Amino acid sequence: MPPSQIRKALAYIVLSIGAVVFAYPFVWMALATFKPEAEIASLNPLPSVWTAESYRLVFGSVPLGRAFLNSVVVTGLVTALALVFGSLAAYGLSRLDWRGRDAAFSVILFTMMVPFLVLLIPLYTLVVGFGWSNSYAGLVVPFMMNATAVLILRQHFVTLPQSLVDAARIDGAGEMRILFRIVWPASVPALVTAGILVFIGSWNEVLWPLMVVREQDMMTMPQTVALFAVGGGAEGRLGPQLAAALLLALPIVAAYLVFQRKFVESLATSGLKG
Amino acid sequence: MTETSEPLDMDTPAAVVPATQPATGIPAVPVAAAPILPRRSRSDWRGAAFAAPYLLHLALFFGYPLLFAIVLVFHRWDVVTPMQWVGAGNLQRLVADDLFARAMLNTGVFLALHIPLQIGVALLFAELLNGKLRGRAFFRTVYFLPVVVSGVVVTILFQQLFAFDGGYVNGVIAALGGEAVPWLVSPAWAMPAIALVATWKNVGLYVLLFLAGLQNVPPELYEAADVEGATRWQRWRHITFPMLNPMMVTVVVLSTIGGFSLFVEPYVLTGGGPLNSTLSGLLYIYNQAFTFNHMGYAATLGLAFALLIFAVVLVQRRVVESDVS
Repeated sequence: MPPSQIRKALAYIVLSIGAVVFAYPFVWMALATFKPEAEIASLNPLPSVWTAESYRLVFGSVPLGRAFLNSVVVTGLVTALALVFGSLAAYGLSRLDWRGRDAAFSVILFTMMVPFLVLLIPLYTLVVGFGWSNSYAGLVVPFMMNATAVLILRQHFVTLPQSLVDAARIDGAGEMRILFRIVWPASVPALVTAGILVFIGSWNEVLWPLMVVREQDMMTMPQTVALFAVGGGAEGRLGPQLAAALLLALPIVAAYLVFQRKFVESLATSGLKG
Repeated sequence: MTETSEPLDMDTPAAVVPATQPATGIPAVPVAAAPILPRRSRSDWRGAAFAAPYLLHLALFFGYPLLFAIVLVFHRWDVVTPMQWVGAGNLQRLVADDLFARAMLNTGVFLALHIPLQIGVALLFAELLNGKLRGRAFFRTVYFLPVVVSGVVVTILFQQLFAFDGGYVNGVIAALGGEAVPWLVSPAWAMPAIALVATWKNVGLYVLLFLAGLQNVPPELYEAADVEGATRWQRWRHITFPMLNPMMVTVVVLSTIGGFSLFVEPYVLTGGGPLNSTLSGLLYIYNQAFTFNHMGYAATLGLAFALLIFAVVLVQRRVVESDVS
């Protein structure tokens, strides 16, 4: 074999080892949830008997359905509101000219540079002060505006041709109408990118719900699963913990496989961590 | 931007609205209202109105907490009873706090293991994926999978994989004739294990960032190097590495900020133990706030860690950037 072919073969071997290292744990986890508890430690990833016992135990001890619903409501509201209000702000910051606009934009960029952990405690006390512990408001309102979404949308709105906006203005359309009827349809990729980023961040957030929500009925899914694993709800059994974790991962993995390219692009362009 | 003699601003919106504004609520076109001045020199109050919800939210949920964090530094507060002024009490406590020092040390250990490992692995895979290759999209998708999944999922998974007794990794090691590693139960191994988990979870993102960086290297540079008979290593050392520098800065800064926000991994895997060897800054703040109700001190810790991040990132940028020039 010529050296270039050897090199190529070597590259495939290393890449495949990498693929196994990143994918196999998920495959193993999925299979382990169908094993009897005693078998989970065995090296054979395949169950000798397929059983749904782990799932029965999860659903028997924590209201995972309710937690899923809470997460859907919270993540749905956060994503939708961040896109609507983010678009309003981005439109005001890009297509309309007003005194203080640049200053406002600088302030928004500054908020992205302050680590969240500075705000953690005072924000928590503020939300408690509003009486929003154990409520959707406490989980949604602080995060319904998202600076990253504003930035992504603004950078896109700036590039739209002025003729597009002017034509609508001459037709007598108001700015609100221009934004949602003309600018939005022309900005689908930017909306999807911003939406995915907000969605992942919100769906996977666990520290904030752990702080503001103490009542089981209002807990989000990652919170419920984390407490189930840490707090002994699983009684030290691995199967139910893995089953709960798999159920938590499923929605986002499904969304990822459908919008794969967009996910990769949005996370890579923003450089944000999941 | 709008520095003209035009006196109107967002405080006097009514003056900008043409009297002929239709009752439908659709604002009239400002061009018609200002035929003398060029339109862009006018301060359009509607711009401020569009940004207003965001800016009000920002003032309440960012500005106020930021100021309140500074107020809390000088107070003792358990949320239930009124705040008590303690002057520099929290700061004195911070300086003498062994656990704060321990959390900083742990973060340092974590970053020292995590960043080189992450950069090394990400560079290797990015380099291998750069170029014509069948199945590139497949590998990229698989490497990225742990990035999208919740940290809770990843930690529960690795709790089993890294279990001392009956853990999958130790099972494989035993099958290969090795000795079981006390991954999460020994103070010496717990932080390396957490660094491994964090790297496994995040490296896919950095593969993509480096891949983007590699694709920005002009091919002419490599052609010139080939003409001069450079070896593969020389090409890499003198072209690829310097050209990747901006991306390297991004990766180091992002990993550092991520490292300082380490929470889920120790929270689920070790609870900060054994013997506080995996107590992270954020986990310590969480404990101070919610186990002991020390809100003032927790806020002090938050600000201290934030200043530390700024300082570390500043130094890193200097070092990484000067490394090349």
